[in-house]
Amino acid sequence: MQTTILYIGRDTEITNVMNRLLNARPEWKGLCVCTDEEAISILKTQEVDIVLLGNGINPACEKALRENISALKPGIKIIQHYGGGSGLLYGEIMTALG
Amino acid sequence: MSQFILHKENTRGHANHGWLNAHHSFSFANYYNPERMHFGVLRVLNDDLIDGGMGFGNHPHDNMEIITIPLAGAIAHKDSMGNSAVIKSGEIQVMSAGTGVSHSEYNALADEQLNLLQIWLFPNKKNVTPRYDQQTLNVEAMHNNFQQILSPNADDAGVWIQQDAWFSLGKFDEGFETEYKIKKAGNGVYAFVINGEVTINGQTLSKRDGLGIWDTESINFKANTANAEVLLMDVPMELN
Repeated sequence: MQTTILYIGRDTEITNVMNRLLNARPEWKGLCVCTDEEAISILKTQEVDIVLLGNGINPACEKALRENISALKPGIKIIQHYGGGSGLLYGEIMTALG
Repeated sequence: MSQFILHKENTRGHANHGWLNAHHSFSFANYYNPERMHFGVLRVLNDDLIDGGMGFGNHPHDNMEIITIPLAGAIAHKDSMGNSAVIKSGEIQVMSAGTGVSHSEYNALADEQLNLLQIWLFPNKKNVTPRYDQQTLNVEAMHNNFQQILSPNADDAGVWIQQDAWFSLGKFDEGFETEYKIKKAGNGVYAFVINGEVTINGQTLSKRDGLGIWDTESINFKANTANAEVLLMDVPMELN
């Protein structure tokens, strides 16, 4: 079964890398955006299993984002992604799924 | 009462890509072990052997403190901040990735293998302005001494990073004994044996073994062989 992962970041280059990485595995489907509005729009219309928060999201935005996401999808896992598409990604996803 | 976790060298994750022979003390890339995710804020400890001229093309990082210590050979680094440098054995490089930086890392020598440790720590502050630094290590000061090579303080010995962590490196004669005092309450120490055999708090460690100790104020160290070389990473046990 495919896991749908929504990545929200601010850096275009890193977001593009994340899009490539998240869609490189057949068991994952990656949806990668740079704005909170796009993220919320996706959550309203698609099934998402995990939300990854990337770099550059300021604390106030992060707080609002977490609240809005949790209100839309109670219980959805929201995890901080560290490293910008680095070797930590697989471990983060596997931990969230575990 | 102190607690510890022992990571024998042959329990590390391993990936041999031909040009890259990588050993991972903690989960990284396709190596996933839920029991080996981190030691406090120490998230990555990779021991890489890279063939001549080979390496990692341009790739991004963010919100990690990345420390590179070449053990043999030299690494050529170029980044989006405009830094371009070669870091040799006997030197240390740090990169605070912060809001985001991209870089490439290649073996600077065409016909010699590069062996490096790459260490990532979670920072104590996210989204800082990215920063790069490198320094030559005082190898003489490491003889029978845990010489500080990294700290949170720009004014202190070694390089500095965005985390309440201190790294020390030492090369010891057989039989040398000492005590290392942990620098900050709430920190633990992860000892990585680069070479030789040592005993730390009664645990015998061989080359490339790792030992994490916490809930203690100090650790006891003895070098069991000549040219024992150990890296101590004194890190917060709580993620902040």
